[in-house]
Amino acid sequence: MKRVLVGIKRVVDYNVRIRVKPDGSGVITDGVKMSVNPFDEIALEEALRIKERGLAEEVIVATVGPADCQQQLRTALAMGADRALHVQADGVVEPLVAARALLKLIEREQPLLVILGKQAIDDDNGQTGQVLAALWNRPQATYASKIELSAGTARVTREVDAGLETLDVDLPAVITTDLRLNEPRYVKLPDIMKAKKKPLETLTLGALGVEQRQQLKLVRFDPPPQRQKGIRVTDAAELLAALKSKGLL
Amino acid sequence: MSSRVLIIAEHDGTKLNASTAKCVTCAQGIPGAQITIVVCAVDAAAVAAQAAQLSGVARVLCVENPANRHALAAVWAPQVLAIAAPFSHILGPSTTFGKDLMARIAGLLGAPQVSDIMAIESATRFRRPVYAGNAILTVESSGEGQLVGTVRTASFQAAAGGGAAPIEKAAVSVELPTHTRFVSVSAARSDRPDLQTARRVISGGRALGSAEGFRILYSLADKLGAAVGASRAAVDAGYAPNEMQVGQTGKIIAPELYVAVGISGAIQHLTGIKDARTIVAINKDGEAPIFEVADIGLVGDLFQIIPEIERLL
Ligand SMILES: Cc1cc2nc3c(=O)[nH]c(=O)nc-3n(C[C@H](O)[C@H](O)[C@H](O)COP(=O)(O)OP(=O)(O)OC[C@H]3O[C@@H](n4cnc5c(N)ncnc54)[C@H](O)[C@@H]3O)c2cc1C
Ligand SMILES: Cc1cc2nc3c(=O)[nH]c(=O)nc-3n(C[C@H](O)[C@H](O)[C@H](O)COP(=O)(O)OP(=O)(O)OC[C@H]3O[C@@H](n4cnc5c(N)ncnc54)[C@H](O)[C@@H]3O)c2cc1C
Repeated sequence: MKRVLVGIKRVVDYNVRIRVKPDGSGVITDGVKMSVNPFDEIALEEALRIKERGLAEEVIVATVGPADCQQQLRTALAMGADRALHVQADGVVEPLVAARALLKLIEREQPLLVILGKQAIDDDNGQTGQVLAALWNRPQATYASKIELSAGTARVTREVDAGLETLDVDLPAVITTDLRLNEPRYVKLPDIMKAKKKPLETLTLGALGVEQRQQLKLVRFDPPPQRQKGIRVTDAAELLAALKSKGLL
Repeated sequence: MSSRVLIIAEHDGTKLNASTAKCVTCAQGIPGAQITIVVCAVDAAAVAAQAAQLSGVARVLCVENPANRHALAAVWAPQVLAIAAPFSHILGPSTTFGKDLMARIAGLLGAPQVSDIMAIESATRFRRPVYAGNAILTVESSGEGQLVGTVRTASFQAAAGGGAAPIEKAAVSVELPTHTRFVSVSAARSDRPDLQTARRVISGGRALGSAEGFRILYSLADKLGAAVGASRAAVDAGYAPNEMQVGQTGKIIAPELYVAVGISGAIQHLTGIKDARTIVAINKDGEAPIFEVADIGLVGDLFQIIPEIERLL
C-alpha cells in the first residue's frame, strides 16, 4: 500500500505570548493553548491532497511525546488522516531521538513519502527531517513550497535564501514543508466526531528499541533583552532629522 | 584546553558567502579554537583563497568532486563526514544552506546539534533563541563526542581579512548518492545590496497593497543604498518574492537601520529584526505592536510619507 507518513508535533499555539518562568526552568505552558505545529498542518494537508489525487492510499500521522500529544493526533485525524501512531515519551525528546523513533515507524510502515515541518515553532531546531533522512540514507528536500509526484520521484521546489531551487528526489524521501506549500483546510465538527473512531495506536520508545538519550542539557531560559523605549516623530522631515542626529544618514 | 573547529564554507562556486566569515568569529569564541574551513566544490581554488584570508583561520581544506557543483546536503554530508573525525565542533551558518546541510551531518554522526548559536559561553555552553526569539535558552553538551552547530549570522560580525592560512587538498573517496538531483534555481538577480548583509533595509508589509505598491520602496531603497525586505503577509499575497521575507521563517537580519513600512509587528516578524541597531516604524495605526520595538516611530499614511522622504533626501 502506498503510504505517506506525517510528523505531528504538539506546540504552544503561535498566537500565545510566550513568557519565561521566573526561575528560568522553561516557558509558562500551564493553561496555555496548545496546537499542531503550523508546519505540520501544512505537511498533513499536502499528504491529504496527494491521497485525494490518487497518488497515495493511506495517510498516517505520528508523534513522539507525552500522553497530551494525542489531542493533536486527534486533530490530525479530524483533518483527514487515516490512522495515528503515538510513541509515548515523557521529558525532553531531542531531534535525534524523534528521528530514530520515526525511522522505526518507517521500517514498519514502508511509506513512499515522509513529510515533516521545516521547524517546530517552540524549539525552532529545524533538524528532525534532515536527521531522519540521514539515518534512513534517503533523499531530503527541505523548505518545500511545491511538490510534484510522479512514478518513483518527486520534483520539489524549495524556498532557499537565493530564491527558489528545484530538486528531483527518488522515492522514498523526506520532505519538510515551508509556509507557502498550501493552506491547510479547516476541521469540520462532524469530522471531529468521526476522528474519535479512527485508529490511534500507542507505542513506547522502549518497545521500538530507541533509547531516550538527552545529549544537550537545558541549563536556563532567559527572557530576551528588551529594547529601549523609542521616540515618536510627526512627519518625514522630523524623521530624517532624527536619523541624521543618530549618524544614520 | 584546545578545540578543533571545522567550518563548512558556504559559496556559489566562485565567491565565499559572508556567512562563513561570521562563523569564524563565532568559532573564535570557543576557548583555544583551532579553526579549519572546508570548501566542498568542483574546483575549490578561488573560494579557498578567500577563506584563507580570513583572520583566525589555521587551515583551509579543499574537497573537490564534480558532484559538488550544487550544495546538495545528501551529497556533501558524507564527504564532510569523511574528514570530520579529528574535530570537536563542526559549524555552519544558519542560512538555508547551513540548516539543510548541518543537521544531515549531525544525523550521520549521531551527534547533537545546537541550532542558531547566538553566543558562546564555553566550549560546551551556548545560547540560542527559542519560541521565535521570545526566550533565550542556554544549552550545555557533555563535552564527550562531537558537536554540530549552526551559527545565527546576525549575532556575529564578519572576521577581518589579512590572514594567510595554508590551503590543502583532502583526498576523500566515499560513494556518493545519486538519488538527489539539482534541477534549477531561480534567483531574482537584483542590483540592490544583499538583504542578509545590507547596512540598511526597508521592508514593506501587507499595506503596500500590490507588487506595484512596492515600487515606492524600491525607489527609496535605491536612493539610500538599502536592501528591500517584506513581511510574510506581503510575500503570501504575491507583492514580493519569497527570498525577501524577514522573520522567524524568513531571514534573520541585523542591519544598522531597519525601516518597517506598513508592517504591524507580529512576533514572527520581530524575530527577524531583533538585532537591528535602529528600527524605524511607519504605520497609520498608532497602536500597532511595531511601535513597541521601534526606536523612531512615525504614525501616518505610508503612501504620503515614503514619497515625501524621498523628496527631502
Ligand atoms: C527547551 C526544550 C524543552 C523541551 N521540553 C519538552 C517537554 O517538556 N516534553 C517533550 O516531550 N519534549 C520536550 N522537548 C523536546 C522537543 O519537544 C522536541 O521533540 C525535540 O527538541 C525536537 O526538536 P524540534 O521539535 O525543534 O524539531 P524540529 O527539527 O524543529 O521539528 C521539525 C519537524 O519534525 C517533526 N517532529 C519533531 N519532533 C517530533 C516529535 N516529537 N514527534 C513527531 N514529529 C516530530 C515535526 O514534523 C516538526 O515540524 C524540549 C526541547 C527543548 C529544546
Ligand atoms: C508559523 C508562522 C511563521 C511566520 N513567519 C513569519 C515571518 O517569518 N515573517 C513575517 O513577517 N511574518 C511571519 N508570520 C506571519 C505573522 O504572524 C503576520 O501575519 C505577518 O507578519 C503580518 O504581516 P504585515 O505586518 O505585513 O500585515 P498586517 O498584520 O496586516 O499589518 C499591516 C499593517 O499596515 C498598516 N497599514 C495599513 N495601511 C497603511 C498605510 N496606508 N500606511 C501605513 N500603514 C498602513 C496597518 O496599520 C497594519 O499595522 C508567521 C506566522 C506563522 C503562524
